Parts: sequence; C-alpha cells; structure tokens
Amino acid sequence: MNNAQKYWQANIRLVIGCLLVWFFVSFGCGILFVNQLNAFRLGGYQLGFWFAQQGSIYIFVALIFFYAWRMNQLDKKFNVEEA
Amino acid sequence: MSNLMITTYLVVGATFALYLYIALKSRAKNTGEFYVAGKGIHPVLNGMATGADWMSAASFISMAGMLAMGGYDASAYLMGWTGGYCLLAMLLAPYLRKYGKFTVPEFIGDRFYSQTARLVAIICLIVASLTYVIGQMKGIGVAFSRFLELPFEVGLVIGMAIVFVYAVLGGMKGVTYTQIAQYVVLIFAYTVPAVFISIQLTGNPLPQLGLGATLSGSEGVYLLDKLDKMVVELGFTAYTSQKGSTLDIFLLTMSLMIGTAGLPHVITRFFTVPKVKDARSSAGWALVFIAILYTTAPAVGAMARLNLMNTVQTGEIGAPEGNLAMDARPQWMHNWEKTGLLGFEDKNGDGKIQYYSDNGLSAAEAGLAKALKEGGDVTAAQAKVDEAAAKHAESKFAGFGWKGNEMTKVDNDIMVLANPEIARLPNWVIALVAAGGIAAALSTAAGLLLAISSSISHDLLKSMLAKNIDDKTELLYGRIAMGGAILLAGYLGLNPPGFAAQVVALAFGLAASSIFPAIMMGIFVKRMNSAGAICGMLAGLGSTLLYIFWFKGFMFIASTAMAPDNAANWLFGISPGSFGAVGALINFAVAFAVSSFTKAPPEHIQHLVEDIRVPRGAGAAQDH
Repeated sequence: MNNAQKYWQANIRLVIGCLLVWFFVSFGCGILFVNQLNAFRLGGYQLGFWFAQQGSIYIFVALIFFYAWRMNQLDKKFNVEEA
Repeated sequence: MSNLMITTYLVVGATFALYLYIALKSRAKNTGEFYVAGKGIHPVLNGMATGADWMSAASFISMAGMLAMGGYDASAYLMGWTGGYCLLAMLLAPYLRKYGKFTVPEFIGDRFYSQTARLVAIICLIVASLTYVIGQMKGIGVAFSRFLELPFEVGLVIGMAIVFVYAVLGGMKGVTYTQIAQYVVLIFAYTVPAVFISIQLTGNPLPQLGLGATLSGSEGVYLLDKLDKMVVELGFTAYTSQKGSTLDIFLLTMSLMIGTAGLPHVITRFFTVPKVKDARSSAGWALVFIAILYTTAPAVGAMARLNLMNTVQTGEIGAPEGNLAMDARPQWMHNWEKTGLLGFEDKNGDGKIQYYSDNGLSAAEAGLAKALKEGGDVTAAQAKVDEAAAKHAESKFAGFGWKGNEMTKVDNDIMVLANPEIARLPNWVIALVAAGGIAAALSTAAGLLLAISSSISHDLLKSMLAKNIDDKTELLYGRIAMGGAILLAGYLGLNPPGFAAQVVALAFGLAASSIFPAIMMGIFVKRMNSAGAICGMLAGLGSTLLYIFWFKGFMFIASTAMAPDNAANWLFGISPGSFGAVGALINFAVAFAVSSFTKAPPEHIQHLVEDIRVPRGAGAAQDH
C-alpha cells in the first residue's frame, strides 16, 4: 500500500470514529434513548431533553474542531500537507 | 409617528447604509471574485458569513416558535440544522475545496464525466434555491410591513433593491463581507432580548443556562418543571416529552442533516477559503456562530411559551378569576390581532380568555366552518364536532364552564417578534429585532441568488451553450442572471404560489436525495461511474418528489393529492418532510447497483479522485 492509500485509510478511520460519536449523541441520546436518559437530570434539564436541545450541538462543534486538528496532524505525518 | 417607529427606521436605516457601504468597498473585478471571492476569505470570517448565509428568516423568526409550540419534538430542527455541518466538514468541504472550481454542478459534471449529470445537478440546484428564495422574500416583506408599517409590496421592493445593489456589484466578495456585518446584526438582535428575558425569569444572564435554572422567587422550582406542570394541567402533552413517532423524528432529523450538507449555497461557501485545511476549520467556525443562535432558541421558545401561558392564565386553573379578561388584553395582543396571526373568541361568553387543549374540539369546529363555507362534507364534519364535544364534556375543563380553547389562532412566527413586547423590553430592543429579522432574510437571499446566477452563467452558458465567451462577458452574464433571478424571486414573493410554506420540505428533500449522495460518492467511491450516479440521482429525486406530491398534490395543487396527508396514510408513518433521508438511501442503493454492472470510470477520472483526496497541490483560484 502506498503512502496516499495509507493516508486515506487513516482519514476514513478518523471520519468513521467521529461520525459514530455524531450519531450517538444526536440519534442515540437525543432520540432513541431519550426517555431512558430523561430519568437523569442536569440541573433543571432532563438529560435526554438536554442532549436533544443543547448537548448534541455543543458536541457537534467540538467534533469538527477535533477532526480538523487530527487531519492537520495526519497531513503532516503522511507528508501531504499544502505548501 | 410613534417613538418606536422612529427608532426602528433609524436602526434599520443604519444597517442598510452599512451594507451598501461594504458593497461599494468590495466590488468584484473578475469571475473568480464574483463566484468565490478570489478564495481569499479567512476561515473565521468565512464561518461567520456562512452562519448568516445559512440562518434564514426561518431560523430567526420561525424556529423558536416551533419550539414553543412543539416542545421536545421540535428538537429535530435543532439537531438537523446543526448536525449537517459535521457531514459537510468531514465528507464534502475539504475535498471540494481541493478540487478548486466554482460551482457544485461543475464538480458533479467533471467527476462523472457527463453533461447529463451536470444538467441534473443544475436543475436540482435551481429548484432548491429558488423555492428557498421565495420564503426569504416573503419574510422581508412581512418584517417591513409589521415594523415600518409600509405596505408589504413596498417593503419587498426596497429589500430587492438593496440585495440587487450589493449582490450584483459585489458578487461573492461583496456578499461575503456584507454577510459578516449581517451576522453581527442578527446575532445581536436575537440574543439581547433572550438575555433580558432570561434575567427576568431566572436571574441568569445566559439563556442556555437560564433554561435549566430555577425561576426567580420560586423557592427552587425549575423553569422547565414549572412549564411541564402548567401545560399538562391545561390538557397539553408535557413540554419536554415526545409526541410524534420516534421513527418520524429520527428520519426528519436525518433528512434535515443530509439536506443541510447538500444545499448548494452552503457548499459554495467552502470554495472561498484559501486552503483545504481552512475548509475543515471554517465549517467548525460556521457551526460555532450558528450554535450561538441555535442553543439560545430553545430558551427563547420555552420562555415565550411560559410568558404566554402566564399572561393568559393569571390565576388558579378553573377559578372564575383565574383567566385574563378579554378587555384587559395587553397592547401587543392587539397589535398582532391586526395582522391576523393571533386571534381570540370568547366561546363561553364569560368575558375571559381560556387557553388550553380541548382535545381537537376547536379543530373540529374549524373544519365544520370550512365545510359550510367551501361546500365540503358537512355531515362528516358535524359528526366530528359532536364526537369532540362529547369527549370535551367529560373533561375537567367542562366542569369549569369552559367551552373550548379561546385562543383560536396563534401563529408560530409571532413568538420571536412579539417576545420583546411580551416581556416589555425597551423600544430599541424591538427595533433591533426588526433589523435582525431583515438581516437574516437578506443574507440568505443573497447567498441563494448567487448560487442560482453562478450556475446559470457558469454552468449553463459558459460550459454548455456559449463556450467561447471571455471572462468579462461571463461576468456580465453573471450579473444579468443575478438581476433576472432577483426579479423572478421578487415576483414570486409578491405572488406567492399557494405552496410557499410547503416547499421547504421540497428544497431539503431535493438537496438530501440528489446532491449530497452524488457528491459524497464522487469523493469516497472511486468505482462510481456516470451511469450509476445519474440513475442514483434520478431515483432519489424521483422517489422523493413522488412521495411529497402523493400527499401534497402534484406541483402542490392540493386537489391532485393521491391520499390525505396524515399519519394513517404515510408509508410506515413517515411524513413527506422526512422522506429526504429515504430518498438519499434509494439514491445510494440504485447508484451502487447500476455501477456494479456497468463499466468502471476512465483512468483520468480515477486519478482525479485520488488527487482530490490529498490536500497537497490545492491551487489558488483556478478556472477550468
């Protein structure tokens, strides 16, 4: 496998990891398990409701910056970054 | 002229002067600056412009109202319209920036080496963008007519003239800088009243925390608990609990996410940054700026609902003196009744207003009135009223002498606009909200018009019809196309086709079922060929259109609907607005099936795909 293919594979692994988190916080915590999570509380918020209306959005933001940061590292590691 | 009007004129006029000044300062000189701002916009500023581009009149005006009335179920819009940015950042933006051209159809046409694919993409883009623009134009007209008390038509024409000047002159460069200013105006206008109201109710200045805090002077009762208790006592479902089916909420969220990532005017924004790595972080910055509004909206919605209920239900539920007297309605109610977006009817003649859930009695009565007026099935409508009335007679509300919900009309859209008035905030805050609503509508309209004009002048004219035109002529055509698009959008705004409100589902459905899958497979599936991509797009598009039209009527002519638009008829309970995700799935499936038994794409296309996957070698603005 050449360098570009290895870089691509690392990229795909990173994207899948990030999208698993993306799916878990929104579709998982915010929709599928919302009733179970609502048994717990975060201040005045029921936890599932908080994920649906606040938490998932914060985590989305963090995820994109994490992805951008890791990709910049991968660009350097595989020596494919822009001049 | 009242004080409020003078303040509003001053604030709105000042923002307009600012937009025009920016437009004159940043005129586009070549096609690169016109289409993609010369690819020289800093990622943070680009993120801010993307935020203004994305947050339309719907985000600014409608979303908090949907939350106020829908409670938990409206979370689909919050997660859907933000989660799409993750898909954009990880699956599309950096690769499209590396590819380094001007438009979305250009990428699809080149990657699938097919003018047919490009044409399908152009059609999807124009239909999705145009339907979206109509809504913005209408929003501008409404904001003007409510706040400046100008006729709807005059307001719309002023709005068109402003967009015309800065979008036609400045192109993407002018639009980008104007959008940055518009973002500042709109976010300020949204958060300032929210902060005031949050302090009033909870003492906490951050609305995001205020929503989870205890009410002031309540000895530790949480705001959301109080709201839940109140709506349940009045017969509604609890604010924080789920009403719709899980499958439908799931698919609606998914459709909105995929649709967001596939909307061309948003994608184009990532062509304007200097580098591939900037495209990644710029999506993050865009979401930061969007999240400021989107995490405030739930607080605005819940607090507006609580304020509204407290205004009407002044005392104990069921007590004779527990409700607001008809004659004692505050000024803001009178103002909004004039617009027809708010309405009351004293059904039991006690001179007071009761706002509660009468389990469909009011809806059944409205149905009967409609049947009598327009000549529907009166017997069936009467039977429904009788059934609902019998049910209502057994409820505790009948025991109070209540005869049905008396707040007969409360439009979601008034929540944000009336909010400062409900909370009795100073005039300058109300003026600011007007300027913010107009900024949100203008910035989105400009972005969409730019996407439309570039696909006409660049994709249709330059690449298909008149291949030999030079840069200067193309720029001229771009400006003419933009002017034409503004006139058409203005015309449709003045004479909205009856379906203006429903087409949002269509715009997202198209973007989700056709554009997003095509681009994604173009990047991630090297083996995907033109036959697969075209069949996939057509299948996704066709199935989504068919499903929407089946329930809404062909071309939205209601009488041609094949089945009534309700949950009993929907396939697996999937509403037409949520079908985009299924359409996208069909697109993927068909594309893979067709490409597996047709020829692999030619060598140079496979090289192209390998090339866009690595950042190195991304040039500055390049043309063809």
